[in-house]
Amino acid sequence: METTSILPLLILISSLIPGTLIMLLREDQVPLRTFLNLLGAVAKVGLVGWVFAGYMRGEEYSFIFNLALDLTFALRVDQLGLFFAALSSVLWLVTTLYAIGYLEGGQHRRRFFAFFSFCVTASTGIALSGNVVTFFIFYEFLTLSTYPLVVHRGTDKAVEAGRTYLWYTIGGGTVLFLGVVGLFVTAGPIYFGQTEIIEGLISTHSTQLTILFFIMLTGLAVKAAIFPLHGWLPVSMVAPAPVSALLHAVAVVKAGAFGIVRLVYDVYGIRIADQMNLLTPLAIFAAFTIVYGSVRALFQDDFKKRLAFSTVSQLSYIALGVAIVGFLSTTGAVVHLVHQGIMKITMFFAAGNIAETYGYSKISQLNGIGRRMPLTMGAFTIAVFGMIGLPPVAGFVSKWYLGLGAVEAGSYWVVLVLLASSALNAAYFLPIVYRAWFCEPDQEAVPLLSSGRLETKALLLIPVVVTGLLSLAAGVFAAVAGSPLSIAREIAEKLYMP
Amino acid sequence: MTDLPTSPFPAFLVGLPVLLATLSLFFRARGKAVVGLAGSLLTGVMALFALFEVTRRGTVIHILGGWEPPLGILLRMDPLAAVFIGMTAVVGIFISLYAWRYFRAQEATTGGFPLFWPLWLFLWAGLNGLFLSNDLFNLFVTLEVIGISAVALAVLSGKKTALVAGLRYLLVAITGSMAYLFGVALIYGSTGTLDLGLLGQVLEPGTTTTFALLVITLGLMIKMAGFPFHFWLPPAHSSALAPVSALLSALVVKGAFYILLRLWMEVFGVSLTYAAGQLIGLAGAIAVIWGSWQAFMQTSLKLIVAHSSVAQLGYLLMIFPLLILAPGVTADSADWLSPAWTAGVYQVIAHAFAKASFFLSAGIIIMALGHDRIESLRDLVGHMRITALAIAIAGVSLIGLPPSGGFMAKWMLLKGIFLSGQWWWAPVVLTGSLLTAGYVFMLLRLAFAPAREKEAFRPVPRSLEVCALVLALGSFLIVLPADNLIQFLQSGEVFGTGIESIMEGGAHGND
Amino acid sequence: METYQIYNLTSAVLFVIGIGGVFAARHFIRKIIATIIMGGGVFLSFVSFAERDALTFADPVPHALVITGIVVAVASAAFALALARRIYQLTGEESFTNDK
Repeated sequence: METTSILPLLILISSLIPGTLIMLLREDQVPLRTFLNLLGAVAKVGLVGWVFAGYMRGEEYSFIFNLALDLTFALRVDQLGLFFAALSSVLWLVTTLYAIGYLEGGQHRRRFFAFFSFCVTASTGIALSGNVVTFFIFYEFLTLSTYPLVVHRGTDKAVEAGRTYLWYTIGGGTVLFLGVVGLFVTAGPIYFGQTEIIEGLISTHSTQLTILFFIMLTGLAVKAAIFPLHGWLPVSMVAPAPVSALLHAVAVVKAGAFGIVRLVYDVYGIRIADQMNLLTPLAIFAAFTIVYGSVRALFQDDFKKRLAFSTVSQLSYIALGVAIVGFLSTTGAVVHLVHQGIMKITMFFAAGNIAETYGYSKISQLNGIGRRMPLTMGAFTIAVFGMIGLPPVAGFVSKWYLGLGAVEAGSYWVVLVLLASSALNAAYFLPIVYRAWFCEPDQEAVPLLSSGRLETKALLLIPVVVTGLLSLAAGVFAAVAGSPLSIAREIAEKLYMP
Repeated sequence: MTDLPTSPFPAFLVGLPVLLATLSLFFRARGKAVVGLAGSLLTGVMALFALFEVTRRGTVIHILGGWEPPLGILLRMDPLAAVFIGMTAVVGIFISLYAWRYFRAQEATTGGFPLFWPLWLFLWAGLNGLFLSNDLFNLFVTLEVIGISAVALAVLSGKKTALVAGLRYLLVAITGSMAYLFGVALIYGSTGTLDLGLLGQVLEPGTTTTFALLVITLGLMIKMAGFPFHFWLPPAHSSALAPVSALLSALVVKGAFYILLRLWMEVFGVSLTYAAGQLIGLAGAIAVIWGSWQAFMQTSLKLIVAHSSVAQLGYLLMIFPLLILAPGVTADSADWLSPAWTAGVYQVIAHAFAKASFFLSAGIIIMALGHDRIESLRDLVGHMRITALAIAIAGVSLIGLPPSGGFMAKWMLLKGIFLSGQWWWAPVVLTGSLLTAGYVFMLLRLAFAPAREKEAFRPVPRSLEVCALVLALGSFLIVLPADNLIQFLQSGEVFGTGIESIMEGGAHGND
Repeated sequence: METYQIYNLTSAVLFVIGIGGVFAARHFIRKIIATIIMGGGVFLSFVSFAERDALTFADPVPHALVITGIVVAVASAAFALALARRIYQLTGEESFTNDK
């Protein structure tokens, strides 16, 4: 196999070590903690960038450690993994800044930042996993490291939400465990990309492989919040805004979606999955979830809850794209991994800013908020346009490719689902935009924090502006080499190469 | 047998703790503790040296005093024994350090329980002796040494619940030993030898052998609290002092399991049938579900942890159906034997670390609160974050989430189950994990929950919390050397072997 | 029937009586006596095998084992009695209340 490199391991360690050190610090060592945090975040982005550059030059990176018998811990860099790792590390950096601002003066920040770092370790570990076992290890690690963040506030409500969260994710993890061991026993230690192994077994073990596929899919669908396993996501919104932003827009839900992408493309292979008719149920559940999430979002007055149901809906775009066979829909699914991430994180940042600055958490309170917080709401509005699918924002690109892919595959009903979803997106997001910009502001509103001339604290404002601009840039510069779209196209091209 | 290299280590491993225990009896309270702690550290270090010796030279033996068996005693340290001895040493050292600080903190009110030290050293000598024994009778003697010192430790607090639980524990232990010894008598009567290696060759299938197997298994199941003989364990383990609970749960019950494993695999192969394996597996499966469920229903921390031991020991019994092959299957073609053995060994080690850590944490909480009712664990995270972390980490290993030692055990067990085609055990493993998650997360949920009323957390020495945390981390770190550990075990004779049950043997085994 | 077989049978009967007693009895002393009866059965079976194998003199190994066994059994019984006495002194109880 390829030469061993510790670079993939370093990418993980760049957040694992700061997390551990932060845990050992005292609560009041704020500057040192912030320094460690940012150092880790910057190092991670740098390392991912370095590996990306190396990978583009044709270098291969893998780190393999044999645990016991044929149980192997393997980190391996491929394009899809790097794509996800880049997303995680960049958004971690942004969210770390945001969290530092958001939690300023709060309690238990040491614990928060330590587990926050562990989460990103888990999420990049998922990205760089070279085989199914390693993926599973990090998948469970993610569950455990997010739990303290969900219950961070320590209120009864948070603790209850944590319980729901755990039952869903541990249950899903157990199901996945069953599937992973089953796959291991049936097909041996499969590395991602070795689809020929399943291909070779298809004639003899067809039933077994079908069952295992659905077992694993069920396990992954919990984190990917596919109906009816989405229940944990809206409940977890009690967590602080940075947690909702990074974890419930990016890390946790994406771990599930990314897992589905891996399962279909890199374990079974798209051709085999199609041949075995594994994808139709996935398509149906995904399509239903898209509509269901949107409809539920319509009726939420709680800002974060509405965003949460919107996440449920948007995530299934990825699953839907995976379920449709074709180069274009695959591109759409892969690129939506990133696009949905940056758009949704913008929205959560915005919601967090408003809650932090004015104490508003209900949509009905948002009248005229755009005039008070123009930059925040500006970024939010960009993200809304993206979610609806208006050009030139990132979300348009995803939907365009998904739609084209559906037409290419002859699945016209998918186009209908996409259109319905866009209409629903508009129906539940545009009222917020309308209220924010066009309704008369509430005169009594007094900012809870003094922020000088800025509309809110700089550390809260910068991240939302950055991710808002990123969502715009990802759409505008989609055709440029190095954009998420161009990388997604390359990934898809490789998959469909004969 | 005797052409194996000799080494003095096996003798030291038994002799040293006995000597130090006896020595400590001559000292007064504080002196006992000093000698005891020094003795524990010395024994632990000696055990690690011995482990190193076996990794270097392979199986070593020692003939005590030059008296050859059958009247003399031969100690044999093979890789499997070495791993158990090493585990006992590492866990033992940390429990000793904890005990030293724990008892000193309570010296003023309780006198510091100086008798803990000689009893613990005797117990340690018994455990080492058990792992090293090479004949059936020696195993009986070491079982008794372990049993009596364990009971004495369990009743050390002198409290009523502990005394009653201790008496029951003692009676059960004696019953188990006597059942075991009855089997030994039958074996000796039919073969004229007690040597394990020799018995493996000369033992013939027959009614006597089957009956001996039955009573020996019965005795050992009673001792290791296998279902349905688990009833004595929760009261005895939960009423003891914290370091004692840790010793009893982490180490003592493993002794009986070790004998059961060795005897089934090395001696009684001729009488074992596929059905026997299934039966003991069933006992394990029931223990897993029942124990986990009971743990889930308890309201005091130590009872939760004690019931959890019943369940975790059940997993150990579940490897037996995998090791005994169906008629017509040969050991060469059974690729699930190595996973099953790995599962067993890792379950033993991971449980030892995690459960010791858990009981030590419970001790810390009792020290801080004065009791261990779980509703008082609210806001534990805010008051004692290291202990909360230790409970979380140890709990994760008990559940079997990656990358803990418990995960290694569950993974290998499930893999062995699928490879052997005995898929009916799989739901048990998964349900057990979920139930374990249930009680572990019930504790964590409380630990994070806001305090209802002001619960007075008294300050606790930091070093106690660190001991618990180190043991909890140990249950994860043991995964790192897994590959080397398994290779080391495979260099021994037993590991990776199975029993090919034949039809003739089956006929005898079923009657 | 040969002598050793009578011994053997007796030992089995004693063992069964003992084990039954341990599980059935609730009173501390009864339980302790039951374990002693079990022990008696076991030791008798050892001795019976020594008798059976005796050609010119009895096999010494079982005797050595039995002596060790008796010592261990006596120690255990003494310990159990001490515990029972202590419980009685503390609480006045002389049997298990919620025995299984």
